[in-house]
Amino acid sequence: MSAFIQYTLQGLAAGGFYALAALGLAVIFGVLGVVNFAHGACYMLGAVVSAVLLDVVGLHFWPALVIVPILMFLFGVLLERVFVQWLLRLDVLYNFLLTFGIALVLVDLVKRRYGVSGLPYEQPAGLRGQLHLGSLSLPTYQVFVFAFSMLVCVLVWLLLTRTRIGMIVRASTEEPERTRALGINVNRWVTPVFGFGIGLAGLAGVLAAPFRAITADMGGNFVIILFAVVVIGGLGSVLGAVVAGFLVGLVEAYGQAYASSFSQIAIFVLMALVILVRPAGLFGRQETA
Amino acid sequence: MAPARTEREVLLATRGLTKEFRGFQAVRGVDLDIERGTVQALVGPNGAGKTTLFNLLTGFLTPTSGTITLEGRDITGQQPEQIAHLGVARSFQITSLFDQLTALEHLELALASPTGLGRRFWQSERRLATFHGRADELLDQVGMAHPAHRPAGQFAYGQKRALELALALALDPKLLLLDEPTAGMGLEDVDRTIELVRRIATGRTVVLVDHNMHVVGSLADRVTVLQQGEILAEGTYDEVRTNPDVVTAYLGQPHA
Repeated sequence: MSAFIQYTLQGLAAGGFYALAALGLAVIFGVLGVVNFAHGACYMLGAVVSAVLLDVVGLHFWPALVIVPILMFLFGVLLERVFVQWLLRLDVLYNFLLTFGIALVLVDLVKRRYGVSGLPYEQPAGLRGQLHLGSLSLPTYQVFVFAFSMLVCVLVWLLLTRTRIGMIVRASTEEPERTRALGINVNRWVTPVFGFGIGLAGLAGVLAAPFRAITADMGGNFVIILFAVVVIGGLGSVLGAVVAGFLVGLVEAYGQAYASSFSQIAIFVLMALVILVRPAGLFGRQETA
Repeated sequence: MAPARTEREVLLATRGLTKEFRGFQAVRGVDLDIERGTVQALVGPNGAGKTTLFNLLTGFLTPTSGTITLEGRDITGQQPEQIAHLGVARSFQITSLFDQLTALEHLELALASPTGLGRRFWQSERRLATFHGRADELLDQVGMAHPAHRPAGQFAYGQKRALELALALALDPKLLLLDEPTAGMGLEDVDRTIELVRRIATGRTVVLVDHNMHVVGSLADRVTVLQQGEILAEGTYDEVRTNPDVVTAYLGQPHA
């Protein structure tokens, strides 16, 4: 039983990375219509930048948790201004290919500079060791990752549902022309939303730094699973991205624990089942399928 | 008491308005004068250029040549949101509401848009609630005060069309463009919508596209007939209806 709880926690912690990153992917897709294949590379960059900042300027985990997402936001704004915006009017395939290319370039640049063996990152002070709850003993860091990512998801949810910008984002996601006809400048929100999505991927990267091997390739597998998450949740659905993120984390953890050779396949079996039963994903709108 | 009609004042005018799509002229050389305070209908078969003309007037398309002026001011090539701010509101042919937003949220979105929202995006819902009074009024006006708090995705078709009208009205437009307000409606709903449009058109300038001649005949002060992107005839409903060109072109043919 205690092993099961530990696997569950492990799954929820991994799910936290997926949920945060998928949230960014969903918001970017919703507002820009861009399928951002560079999302995994941005997650990787978030982790690498944290490791480099720790090594070079001694920036610790806690300040990195704030500073790295801001840097990644700026990086996203730069990407959107320099590259992505020029292809927005074309078929979605163009930006898909562009971001795929950006991902390859980013991965190779990191490899060139830092090699392929992992960068070191210590578990932050205060989050080491085990948390004892009665007879249970749980890794403190995993508890923190789960709680923190849930908190961020809830905050983003509140931002989207309780504020005017959230209303505009939701409106322009659904009906961009309608929104413009109401006198709202949709284009104004495109760049910050892209930056915001990349910032979330970077945040997932910072959280992963003390927990996962920090290598140039860490985003490759991640982005594939991320797309499974987004498909399961429903493309463009924010709630779907979060729920599916945690769901996929759990499936992966249970798979590793009970049927390790099937753990990766299990995610895609889940995806196939969801597509068969609900083609638009768990929370997607049926007509957009 | 109706104000004395002195000079006829043109609110919106187009001159030589042309839109070409890869060599195909969807709208060609259209000179249109919309007088303030009138209801003008645009009719014509599918492909006559009505929707293209609507999209040109609201900035969703940029004309290949020609000009559009609103109150004498050149607005050719302005963006849709700018044109909306200048007081031109439109409804959409295919209902394009936000399924996730409630009727009230729709109206808040529209009502808050002219207030320089850009720098105040963190406005809380409480701040937005200041628009509730006006939003309730508008919903009342189109006869749908009841489902104000339900997401639009759950609305019946007639309710969606009514909300669509309320949204256009929320911008308090100088010019209201209605793209087939009765499309897809049953007879009863059509009559109710005619009444509704008549009520909201009072004191406003309206341009209306509709296939239903009953709607056009009941509402329009003037009718412009388009054919293959050009103006074929213009006048009152009765003038147009008896115009030999129009008779041969359309009215002899059955259409929905």
